[in-house]
Amino acid sequence: MTAYVIRRLLLLPITLFGVTLFVFGVYSFLEPGMKAALYVRDIPKTADALDRIIQKYGLADPFHVQYWRWLNQVFRGNLGWSKTAQRPVLDAILYYFPATVELVLWAAIPVLFIGIWLGILSAVHHNKPIDHASRVFALIGWSFPSYVYGLLLLMVFYAMLHWLPPGRVSDWVIKEINAGTFREVTRIYTIDAIINGRPDVLADVFKHMVLPVITLAYIQWALLLRVTRSSMLETLRQEYVMTARSKGLAERIVVYKHAARNAMIPVATMGGMLLIGLMNGAVITETVFNYRGMGWWAANAATQLDIISVLGFTLFNAVILSLGILFIDILYAVIDPRIRLE
Amino acid sequence: MKLVKQLLRNPLSLFGIVLLLFFGLVAIFAPWLAPPPNPFEPYRIAQFGYSPTPKPPTGPNPLSEVWKIVTRHSDFSKTHPFGTTEGQYDVYYGIVWGTRTAFLAGICITGITALIGIIWGSLAAYFGGWMDMAFMRITDIFQAFPFLIAAMTIAAVLQPRIGRSITTAAIALIVFGWMGYSRLIRGDILSIKERDYVQAARAAGAGHLRIVVRHILPNAIYPTLVVASMDIGSYVISFAALSFLGLGAEVGYADWGQMLSFARNWIPRLHQYWWIILYPGLALILFVLAWNLVGDALRDILDPRLRGRIAV
Repeated sequence: MTAYVIRRLLLLPITLFGVTLFVFGVYSFLEPGMKAALYVRDIPKTADALDRIIQKYGLADPFHVQYWRWLNQVFRGNLGWSKTAQRPVLDAILYYFPATVELVLWAAIPVLFIGIWLGILSAVHHNKPIDHASRVFALIGWSFPSYVYGLLLLMVFYAMLHWLPPGRVSDWVIKEINAGTFREVTRIYTIDAIINGRPDVLADVFKHMVLPVITLAYIQWALLLRVTRSSMLETLRQEYVMTARSKGLAERIVVYKHAARNAMIPVATMGGMLLIGLMNGAVITETVFNYRGMGWWAANAATQLDIISVLGFTLFNAVILSLGILFIDILYAVIDPRIRLE
Repeated sequence: MKLVKQLLRNPLSLFGIVLLLFFGLVAIFAPWLAPPPNPFEPYRIAQFGYSPTPKPPTGPNPLSEVWKIVTRHSDFSKTHPFGTTEGQYDVYYGIVWGTRTAFLAGICITGITALIGIIWGSLAAYFGGWMDMAFMRITDIFQAFPFLIAAMTIAAVLQPRIGRSITTAAIALIVFGWMGYSRLIRGDILSIKERDYVQAARAAGAGHLRIVVRHILPNAIYPTLVVASMDIGSYVISFAALSFLGLGAEVGYADWGQMLSFARNWIPRLHQYWWIILYPGLALILFVLAWNLVGDALRDILDPRLRGRIAV
């Protein structure tokens, strides 16, 4: 167990080193002039302005020299200046991060519960109407691009019915934040509303969260459902389940206590994929719903060719993902002793 | 032949195949279904004016209007069976020619990605040792990036160099798509390369290339190909997603994702302008559903081991 964890921990720096190398490699794909253009705020007035910037910042230096310089800055937390957010990239990431965390956490709840629960149900009622229904549901979810789904939801619940608006909060909440009557503590507004003791703000936040959460969760439900279903089907055929039944245990206990626990082991491997899905989905969902989170900002920066911001965002996501997957793998080794032997 | 029969017997995959055939026919007959106003640029959606507001479908029933165009009883430059988007791009034209883009995106991206993954994974597994170690660590690094976010970055960086086009989006997706296949084929090759018949081939003096291509790959490649076929739908979605975000096909290009991105400007009045989202959205959903249905059935038939496995 310890050996496994140590081995995994040792691999992490190698991966992260590769990640930085890759991100910088992508950046180096630009010519020195293009790089310099990323730093210029105004149209240069003299002809040699770009050349001077290239000289000053050594943008034409050999790759390893530039990489080393860049890496030093990254370790000091300097990811560059974001034109789209008008602040340093790291500040921008930290500014938008809580909004995305809020969205992803709320979406993870229905994903886990509904996905797993429907998966178990459809395995228990194999080839019954509920099984067919959830399979069709999964197949449709798998084929449904989240942006189409989000736009359709907006069409019905916002444009047509005016129930659930896009955005993160209503204008009056933003006014209160600017006026200082609503204090941003965590910038996770559901928590902030509770800290401030403002049920009206909480209601407003929820009203804005419903559609993005459904959009982000929908496709992930479908994936989890399929894995849970097939794993559960396999487990229910095992002999120990038959033993449990023949002992006269109630079917509910056999299913949820005996079978489901073991069936969850392969489902746990989905954790990493789920995390990736939620991170990717957040970009699209936030863009569709104009929900001001990290993904919305990054997509905006990408279309405006604010490459420094996009690279910072990618680096940040890769680090988060590597740590997340490491955590999931270690957790998995704790749950399932067999994995440690590999 | 047996495979085709099995695919046709399953009602779901039959439905998928019928849908694919339909889309295939639309793609092949696009020049007749929607004659391009400029024959040299058929992928530019036909544009009728520059008014910023979308115009609704004309005629009582869009499908009957389509029928009239197909039978040459009317000209789609006068009637717009599926309406127009902002900037007066004809939705019907975009959907018809977008079918070609979708096929191109799905098949080419998946094909190239799978090929790269197979070559990479085969090299790693066949030569083993430090090469395996190095190759798999590089795979790890690529997998440390969330797929769509990484593709978005590549597309953004490629844009100043080669311009905004479907090639940009395709390259971006290929760069970050191959890792799953190389892992899959590596595992299969590792278990096969020690088999007796491979040893026999080696003893008979066959070269590395011959052993891999003639003896190992034919026995190891099926699971990877099945997974790749199941991924076509996802690649079409991701490709359209990049266009939707404004990083793929340029404005006015016949691509469903690009057409859907028009809808982003009309969110408060989407119910009024329903045709700018419903028709391209439906085309995209049905196309992806068709591939997924066929891929799903193919997996059940070809490789029962993969049942329930999810490839994203």
